[in-house]
Amino acid sequence: MADATITGGLPTGREARPASPEPMLAADGTLLRASLARSLRRQKARALLLIAPLLLFILVTFVLPIGDMLFRSVENAIVPETLPRTVAALRDDPAEVPGEAVFDALYTDLVVAEEYKIHTQLGTRLNYEFGGASSLFRGAGRHVGKFDTDVYADQFGDANPAFADPGRWAAWMADDAVRAALPQTTDAYDAWAKFTVDVHGDDPAEEDLGDFVYAALYRDLAAGAQPPGLPSVDVSGFEAVSLKQQFVDDDEGWGEPEIWTTLRTFSPRFTAGYYLNAVDLKIGPQGIELREGSDRIYIQLFIRTLILSVTITATCILLGYPVAFLLASLPMRSANLLMILVLLPFWTSLLVRTSAWKVLLQQQGVINDLLVWAGVLSDSGRLVMINNQTGTIIAMTHILLPFMILPLYSVMKGIPPSYVRAAKSLGANDWTAFWRVYFPQSVPGIGAGSILVFILAIGYYITPELVGGTKGVFISNRIAYHISDSLNWGLAAALGTILLAVVLLLYWAYDRLVGIDNVKLGG
Amino acid sequence: MTITKLLGSAALALLPMAGGALAQEAGTELPPCDNCSDSMVIMSWGGAYQNSQLKAYVEPYEALTGITVTWDESSNEAIAKLRAAQEAGNMPFDLVDVEGPDSQRACDEGLAVEIDADEALAPGDDGSKPSDDFGDSLINDCYIPQIYFSTTFGYRTDVAEWNGQTPDDICDIFDTETFPGKRSLQSSPKKNLEWALICDGVPAEDVYDVLDEDGGVERALAKLDTIKGDVIWWTAGAETPQLLADKEVVMGSTYNGRLFSVIAEQKQPVAMLWDYQNFDFDGWIVPAGLDEARMNRTMHFLRFATDTQRLADQAKYIAYGPARASSQPLVSTHADLGIEMAPYMPTNPENMKNYLVNNIEWWADHQDEVEATFQNWLAQ
Repeated sequence: MADATITGGLPTGREARPASPEPMLAADGTLLRASLARSLRRQKARALLLIAPLLLFILVTFVLPIGDMLFRSVENAIVPETLPRTVAALRDDPAEVPGEAVFDALYTDLVVAEEYKIHTQLGTRLNYEFGGASSLFRGAGRHVGKFDTDVYADQFGDANPAFADPGRWAAWMADDAVRAALPQTTDAYDAWAKFTVDVHGDDPAEEDLGDFVYAALYRDLAAGAQPPGLPSVDVSGFEAVSLKQQFVDDDEGWGEPEIWTTLRTFSPRFTAGYYLNAVDLKIGPQGIELREGSDRIYIQLFIRTLILSVTITATCILLGYPVAFLLASLPMRSANLLMILVLLPFWTSLLVRTSAWKVLLQQQGVINDLLVWAGVLSDSGRLVMINNQTGTIIAMTHILLPFMILPLYSVMKGIPPSYVRAAKSLGANDWTAFWRVYFPQSVPGIGAGSILVFILAIGYYITPELVGGTKGVFISNRIAYHISDSLNWGLAAALGTILLAVVLLLYWAYDRLVGIDNVKLGG
Repeated sequence: MTITKLLGSAALALLPMAGGALAQEAGTELPPCDNCSDSMVIMSWGGAYQNSQLKAYVEPYEALTGITVTWDESSNEAIAKLRAAQEAGNMPFDLVDVEGPDSQRACDEGLAVEIDADEALAPGDDGSKPSDDFGDSLINDCYIPQIYFSTTFGYRTDVAEWNGQTPDDICDIFDTETFPGKRSLQSSPKKNLEWALICDGVPAEDVYDVLDEDGGVERALAKLDTIKGDVIWWTAGAETPQLLADKEVVMGSTYNGRLFSVIAEQKQPVAMLWDYQNFDFDGWIVPAGLDEARMNRTMHFLRFATDTQRLADQAKYIAYGPARASSQPLVSTHADLGIEMAPYMPTNPENMKNYLVNNIEWWADHQDEVEATFQNWLAQ
């Protein structure tokens, strides 16, 4: 507070009020309020500096990746970026299957995209919405270089050799008047020159031009352009190539409405498509509609995940409560031993524990063998306890049990035994004393354990993958599949976001019903 | 089909031959590597296959050059990893091992660099040009194959319910009356759809035409539906051998080299059903985005690791056929067990009466949509 040279510059919120006749001053003569605020500010800055490493760590490893995933769930720039000309041309052409102008644009876009090898990624992206888009784009990418458009280059070359000279082209394309007169040619030439440098590392003034530039020149001239400085050429007698025909000959899919509806729907930079997909919907020609029966799986998976997680939480309470009770009431020495047994699974690798369950539960496994040996089961009637929901519930209950026992134990430790003794001395029997006096005090432990177990369970992935078969897997397995196999990261992000929202919603509901203050991790 | 010729000649060449190659092995000399990084990260499959690579050429290369090689065992999701690395602008892998169709995908998407085989690879021991030596196995411009393998079936030989019968036809997989019990199949449409169609009465040569038609994939899935309840789906090649050894399944598909381990090394009561084994390649791609020193090192290693002797050496550790024709005569016996490898090779004429060759182009084009359909079918 000693530094008196810095004054003023404080928020004026309070000064707007009628000021007291004499402002209070600190010992050094500055305004007490300002002086206090400054010292507070300094304390805050020091606190911030202390937590800065952790804050930075969380920001970089937690907030940013999650933010990035959230962004991916709506981001769709790949379509307008890969096919900029087609997207623009489609806006002017409302027909179900568009006309030549759109195919001209698509041709240029695909030739360029093929050079950069990004057309397959676009095909993969659109395939999420319309099965068949991937092969359409891959096929077109492979064949677009062999379209019949080479006739243009030949005809222009025959009409005037200057057209076959890359050096002349470079000069023309440096002239603004020519560029203004030949918009399509300029666009195509610029794209060609860019990938000639970027991809091939060649000089555009020395390389033969791509066929698509001549096709664009033909279109410009046929539309009546009169570029200054170019040799005059009459294109009316040229043999023309219908690019629409070329595409349809390559694959009939280009002549059908589906791909164009998909392209139109997904041409904006942002899309709700992934979220719709995540809840088994899609955008059709008539707006949002339900997906076909065989593609409807996510709602079912979300519901299964919730049901299984609740079941696992419930079995954890059933199994964990008596153990925690025993732990809390035993003398310290034996309680410690028991505690080590509870903690032991914590120190064992998750994979080892899950694999151990495989050995135990499988049809030729230890449990079935014992039951057959004891004559409970016949050899042909062995129980199926793995690769289904039973397997998931058993293995995950075991893995998550410590997360239930530990909070329960620490809450139970804090319940004074004298309460139960008092209840008994007032005439309650064992059960009533437990149920009316002890149990209500242990509820915060159940709450804490349930939240822990439930939230861990709902996002679990590796155990269901290993023991769940096809019927016992969670939505998280589907997310992992889309992250690492199908590479549909947008859909994975949307599913993950929905899962996060569901967890937050349940947390909120829990807070309203039970109250988050009633959750205790310790006595 | 030209690949048939390749496989056929390979099969003949595999007949036992005394290897005179050992003498050459000792005197291997490497050209110096200028401006090369001194470490590499190689992505492979882990398990027995990676071990065969380690023994046949990675350890020798380390010994000759003094560099260190780190393994990354995630070839299963190679494309996803490469794509993520490329997006992040930082390529952690120097060399990546993938199956044929994945190499096509990586090449199409610009994730792998194109390699001129004649320039980058060593000529065959018989003096042949690399492009001739590898022949049809150079399925695209980015791919340097090491071996061909087949996906085929193993079955337990001690199943009492089968009353002494053993499966000898691919369609016995679908016959749960005669051959009751669980089967394990790969959790992927590839190969399963082809087998399903063949057992639905489609001639082998028409399989991809039928898959191309509307409803073709659905027809194959309908056939698979008939055994869906009896199937355990696997994702890693080691699962079927384990399930067979545990008696959890009575038959299952996996890579032939894995079955070799179960039968010859672990001596389990398992036999192979070679009918309509499905051929595919495994090989290297070089990821795009390496700096010059790393690229030099990778190409230097690649030249060594894919020469005639090294590819032949690999077959001493695992029952897969070398992709070079000139390596075939050098294949002899297993390095540790000393048994003849020929009967376990997918190219043995006995094993090749019926076979399928994975149509790589069809799968590269249709993988996305068929995989989505298949996974949705699985989740139903």
